[in-house]
Amino acid sequence: MKSYKIITQYLLTGLLLIAGTVFAQTPDQATAPDALIKMVVTDVMASVKADPDIQKGNIPKVVDLVEKKIVPYTDMRRTTEMAMGPNWKKATPEQQNQLVMEFKNLLIRTYSGALSQLRDQTVQFKALRAAPDDKEVVVKTVVLGRGDPVPLDYRLEKTDKGWKVYDMNIMGVWLVEAYRNQFSNQISQNGIDGLVKFLQDRNKQLASAKPTN
Amino acid sequence: MSFFLCDLQRKLKRLVLLSLAALLVGCASIPAGVERSPQDPWEPFNRSVFEFNEGLDAYVLKPVVAGYRFVLPEFVREGIYNFFSNYSDIYTALQNMLQGKPDYAFNDLMRVVVNTTFGLGGFIDMATPGGLDKHKEDWGQTFGVWGIPSGPYVVLPFFGPSTVRDTFGTVADLETDYFFKYINPVGLRNSLTGLRVVNARNTYYEAGDLLDGAAIDKYSFMRDAYIQRRQYQINEGRNDEEPTMPVYQNPYE
Repeated sequence: MKSYKIITQYLLTGLLLIAGTVFAQTPDQATAPDALIKMVVTDVMASVKADPDIQKGNIPKVVDLVEKKIVPYTDMRRTTEMAMGPNWKKATPEQQNQLVMEFKNLLIRTYSGALSQLRDQTVQFKALRAAPDDKEVVVKTVVLGRGDPVPLDYRLEKTDKGWKVYDMNIMGVWLVEAYRNQFSNQISQNGIDGLVKFLQDRNKQLASAKPTN
Repeated sequence: MSFFLCDLQRKLKRLVLLSLAALLVGCASIPAGVERSPQDPWEPFNRSVFEFNEGLDAYVLKPVVAGYRFVLPEFVREGIYNFFSNYSDIYTALQNMLQGKPDYAFNDLMRVVVNTTFGLGGFIDMATPGGLDKHKEDWGQTFGVWGIPSGPYVVLPFFGPSTVRDTFGTVADLETDYFFKYINPVGLRNSLTGLRVVNARNTYYEAGDLLDGAAIDKYSFMRDAYIQRRQYQINEGRNDEEPTMPVYQNPYE
């Protein structure tokens, strides 16, 4: 009788463990865009809130988290392409790779800085308005808590590797759009190499800066 | 009404004078090779006012806010934020009425009622967790909803990014700020105004640093972001059918 009880207990724990892995699933290629955003955002927020180092402003740790948990679901090449506009074609393949890498690092660093300030905020996920055969969708969320609510939307594109985020809207401002003029200004002043160098310098400067909080 | 207009004229005049003063302080020219934005015909003037504001922020406002953050614990700062936020909800309710959004206006009014009573005079925000969403509306947005075009981009001294329409909006906002205007004695009113400014700057204390790190050219970054954001705020509540997505020129075409 007693062994029966122990066996059921084991079975139950086993089942719970399996259930745990099923629910804490990682998104795959078939995941719908809104479900993908919800999984990634929920996961990242939980990790940030649970980590005392991040709460103390350990930026390298947040950067690491972003690289692992967010970057795989983004298409930074497309983000850079869109921000470059017609200048993209004028860049050599090597310059393009450099631009993607440096712009990606700048965005990751900025995003990490914002994430490290997360405390008791919650995210509201809005219902997705899209047709089943859409190749591009906008997933809308609102960050609540501390100050005014912050609308945060993600623009995703369907690729053969699943949905990928390539643009974000923060309080009504599309990231790509906000960088277009800045990129073209820098390019018309100092050329594409000038933009690459500017981004490299800025990233180095940000990497060496001391944590503020 | 004529008194109102007269006063408005006086305020505008003062703004223009301030702008001219700012222009004299520093005359920044557009960096060579920068493409002119069609929305920003007064860029050289705007850039100099922008420089003036940046200096003012770096040497006066930001250090004051840093002290404010050092002296007051977070929950006190949050209470102060909530207090001013609750006060501005009254105006948001009015603006939403003027914009023909009675459901939003009712929501905002309920927020004021809940926060002023249960939220102890507005120091605690009980409405947001209770499901009453916060909105923020001003005269500039209402003018936009009424179909008044924004006009060229303007950087105002002290107030920062604006447009011709939003400049009139800001003047109207100050003009209709009745509760503050009639606070007596003057000393109390001035301290409250000071606190209000410090509180406003405090809300984007960290975000400001992030922006500095992310910007390649802060002037055009702020301009393009401001123009986009205002358009978004004006369309809010009516663009539910279609998410607004900019169409990017495909670089491969």
